Amino acid sequence: MRRGIAEVVTVLIAGVVAFPLYWMVLTALKPESEVISADPRPWTLAPTFDSFVRALTVQSFGRYLVNSLVVAFAVVLISLLISFLAATALTRFRFRSRTTLLVMLLVVQMVPVEALTIPLFFMMKSVRDVVPVFGLNHLGSLVLVHLAFSLPFAIWMLRGFVAAVPVELEEAATLDGASRFRFLWQVLFPLVAPGLVATSVLSFIHAWNDFLFAKTFIISAAENQTLPLALQVFVKPDQNDWGAIMAGSTLMTIPVLVFFILVQRRLVAGLAGAVKS
Amino acid sequence: MMRATKGDGRIAFAYLTPALLLLVGLLGYPIYQLVLISLFDYGQEQVSGGVPLTFLGLENYANLLADAKFWSVLGQTVGFAAVCVIGTLVVGAALAVLATRVRTWARLTLFLAALGAWATPAVAGSTIWLFLFDANFGFVNEVLGTTGFSWTYDRWVAFGLVAAQVIWCSFPFVMVTLYAGIKAIPGEVLEAAALDGASALRTARSVMLPLLRPLLIVVTIQSIIWDFKVFTQIYIMTNGGGIAGRNLVLNVYAYQQAFAASEYGLGASIGVVTTVLLLLVTLGYLRALKKSGETL
Repeated sequence: MRRGIAEVVTVLIAGVVAFPLYWMVLTALKPESEVISADPRPWTLAPTFDSFVRALTVQSFGRYLVNSLVVAFAVVLISLLISFLAATALTRFRFRSRTTLLVMLLVVQMVPVEALTIPLFFMMKSVRDVVPVFGLNHLGSLVLVHLAFSLPFAIWMLRGFVAAVPVELEEAATLDGASRFRFLWQVLFPLVAPGLVATSVLSFIHAWNDFLFAKTFIISAAENQTLPLALQVFVKPDQNDWGAIMAGSTLMTIPVLVFFILVQRRLVAGLAGAVKS
Repeated sequence: MMRATKGDGRIAFAYLTPALLLLVGLLGYPIYQLVLISLFDYGQEQVSGGVPLTFLGLENYANLLADAKFWSVLGQTVGFAAVCVIGTLVVGAALAVLATRVRTWARLTLFLAALGAWATPAVAGSTIWLFLFDANFGFVNEVLGTTGFSWTYDRWVAFGLVAAQVIWCSFPFVMVTLYAGIKAIPGEVLEAAALDGASALRTARSVMLPLLRPLLIVVTIQSIIWDFKVFTQIYIMTNGGGIAGRNLVLNVYAYQQAFAASEYGLGASIGVVTTVLLLLVTLGYLRALKKSGETL
């Protein structure tokens, strides 16, 4: 019986934890009159996609969605290649300063990137005069900073996956006459694919969720804004359009949720490896 | 597992070059610039080029330390982070233990809900919570019968609300990690304790706690680092730091000083202080890792 009580409590807690998400989707589906109501009900009898239509058309939310996707996928693809090479170097080779580099990778993860907005803002301002696409008001500036910020953790996590591939395999490949380059891309790369997926998801989420740098860098080019900022355009001093805000939040949360569920096992394994239980 | 052939260093270096370039250019150099800016009087006139830069040395820091506002913000940051860290750990640990006591279907329900909270982007999460606690249209006021009550007006109520949101989205990490840790304790150890007549409480305190200690240290310090840096939640839920800036934490304070007040030098010095405080925590982290037997 005690287990029965524990299970009831567990389910109740799960309900409380999930409630904000339920409320988000529910509000997004409610007709406007029910959203702006003095006595909100936890259900709706007249579900409608009006709020989604408003979010996607009125404020060209669709455009911001595409921007967010472009930034996130660019970060994922580039960081995938760079972190794979770096993780291989750090696990398969022994050289001086290797340990120093590893410690540095751990330390830079703790740097409050929020504090770096000030110098990075001025850097991106100068970059704009030389290579506009990577400067202020352009998506390239966001790709660059998120690449740099997601690399340390990506390398740190991939290291474990690369180390798990037996060295004998490399020796066998070398004996078979495979070049180092071929081994790297045709043997090692596919073998660490699960790790690459997990790290990619983290890089994706990192770039996708960013509010601060989008706010700081995209100051006067509304067409280059990303989702987190676009959400704020529905927040108005007189009357927030809560229906559209919740529809936008839903659109923003779904991709992350899907990715999370897809990789949660590997994520937990990877995190456990990264913190080493 | 390592081979030490000649030329290895050069190849390793080639593999590392792209990563190093990015990290040095976009993390190392900005950190150097942050320190540099903090030593100058760097305001709007200097940025637009109308007024030459003046080197102040440590004057920004001296002003900061003499400013009562800075100390109150620092105090708020530490207090806020402490509440978030303790809340996250207590909720996460309690639910991890609960998860070991129930059948799979109940555990999966809980984990799925937690995964949802974990995955929700900070911007979306903050906005959802704001709406749930909205003075006029919020569900919480409706249930409590307090329609019209503003959860973001009073300083401490607002901080409490933001802390609750932060705990909501960060306890899943602690819960999942600790659950995995508890599951990794060999069954024989617990059986032996039970055979020796140890009570459940005694087993938890004398057997499980020492075994989980390294993991607990890691999640605690990880939480401190995260919660000390909270930006988005405070910024969105208190509309940029609350009325007259009474809900500011260091990170938001630095940002507002720089980008709202155009006091870039002062903002940078706050950033440096935050970084130094976090580096101290990080050193503790490294020592804890070393103690728990992690090798690099």
